[in-house]
Amino acid sequence: MSIGHTLLGLLESGPRHGYDLKRAFDEKFGHDRPLHYGQVYSTMSRLLKHGLVEVDGIEAGGGPERKRYAITDAGITDVQRWLATPEKPEEYLQSTLYTKVVLALLTRRDAAEILDTQRAEHLRSMRILTDRKRKGDLADQLICDHALFHLEADLRWLELTAARLDKLSEAVTR
Amino acid sequence: MTTSHPGSLLTAHDLRKAYGPTHALDGAEFSIHSGEVVAIMGPSGSGKSTLLHCLAGIVPPDSGSITYDGRELTKMSDAQRSALRRSEFGFVFQFGQLVPELTCVENVALPLRLNGASRKDAERTALGWMERLEVDDLKAKRPGEVSGGQGQRVAVARALVTGPRLLFADEPTGALDSLNGERVMELLTDAARSTNAAVVLVTHEARVAAYSDREIVVRDGKSRDVERAI
Ligand SMILES: Nc1ncnc2c1ncn2[C@@H]1O[C@H](COP(=O)(O)OP(=O)(O)OP(=O)(O)O)[C@@H](O)[C@H]1O
Ligand SMILES: [Mg+2]
Repeated sequence: MSIGHTLLGLLESGPRHGYDLKRAFDEKFGHDRPLHYGQVYSTMSRLLKHGLVEVDGIEAGGGPERKRYAITDAGITDVQRWLATPEKPEEYLQSTLYTKVVLALLTRRDAAEILDTQRAEHLRSMRILTDRKRKGDLADQLICDHALFHLEADLRWLELTAARLDKLSEAVTR
Repeated sequence: MTTSHPGSLLTAHDLRKAYGPTHALDGAEFSIHSGEVVAIMGPSGSGKSTLLHCLAGIVPPDSGSITYDGRELTKMSDAQRSALRRSEFGFVFQFGQLVPELTCVENVALPLRLNGASRKDAERTALGWMERLEVDDLKAKRPGEVSGGQGQRVAVARALVTGPRLLFADEPTGALDSLNGERVMELLTDAARSTNAAVVLVTHEARVAAYSDREIVVRDGKSRDVERAI
């Protein structure tokens, strides 16, 4: 995720102090990984340098968290461009899982066992996410669902690969 | 290896079942504790439904043992087994299997009526379960007049109305979209947990299995019980 664009976007509703930006970010997007203050300041100084934000005021007491930032027109354009550009779908062709399975087959190890172990691990993660989703608010549900659908896709691949192990074994050991 | 498993509500050991040349079950192991939700997973045709039917005493295995609450299911008479199913087990299948001529509340009340409860008592208890599954407003409708997801919740209410100790669910969300399916799973597992009922859940969907406490995988009629292996 682009922290810079996210912080910029948060500034669109009005100027904010550094500590306020961090709090808003953590609350809305930082579920697992709250921002460090250091990240906020290095990001803000980069945005300042590029003219995407400007300092709108400084509270008494000093310290970088006392600076109040406002987004510039260039900043708004930048957020707009980021939102409008689709993300490149990740391709997982060289996934570790695939490599492990092929390597197991090449070395005559039990590839089915590897797939089974992985499936159990995936399901374990899915249980934790499902539990969190049940107890959480709508934001939690959306975040967990995203992760759940990805894990599910992996699991379907694991299933399909398990069903095709004999064929795959023939192909890679030929 | 012993056939009973301490603390288990239901244990199965070395189950075999053939349909002609097909070995639907070929040495399946299973166990479940009270209050536990266990998912039975595996590819299509691997023997999941056959395992569930054997565990529930609907289909007799060719060999192997099934112990429910200290009693050997395979040694009971048919009458004993169906009495057990009526009083201690609940069932939910992929398609609700509600009686089309009855209203939803009559459907939910039906198991209680069959056990001899008065209509008034049965429908009052039924309505309580319908409220928990958020379908009490459908009480006067017939199954043909409700959506698949609503019908499935009615079916879950019917399965739980007798307070079963063990709920068998075979692809209970198989005909639903993911939002409805997950809501049904949430309500089903909440309701089962609140009554300490165990749930045997057959599904090939990982997101549904994620509502379970643990999973048992069936492949070519074989399943390992991880708990037992430990
Ligand atoms: N009544 C029956 N008569 C003949 N063969 C049967 C019968 N029931 C099941 N089988 C066979 O036994 C095997 C296991 O079937 P089962 O229904 O248990 O699979 P399953 O894992 O539930 O599959 P699915 O995910 O498609 O529901 C299959 O090969 C099936 O064709
Ligand atoms: Mg089946």
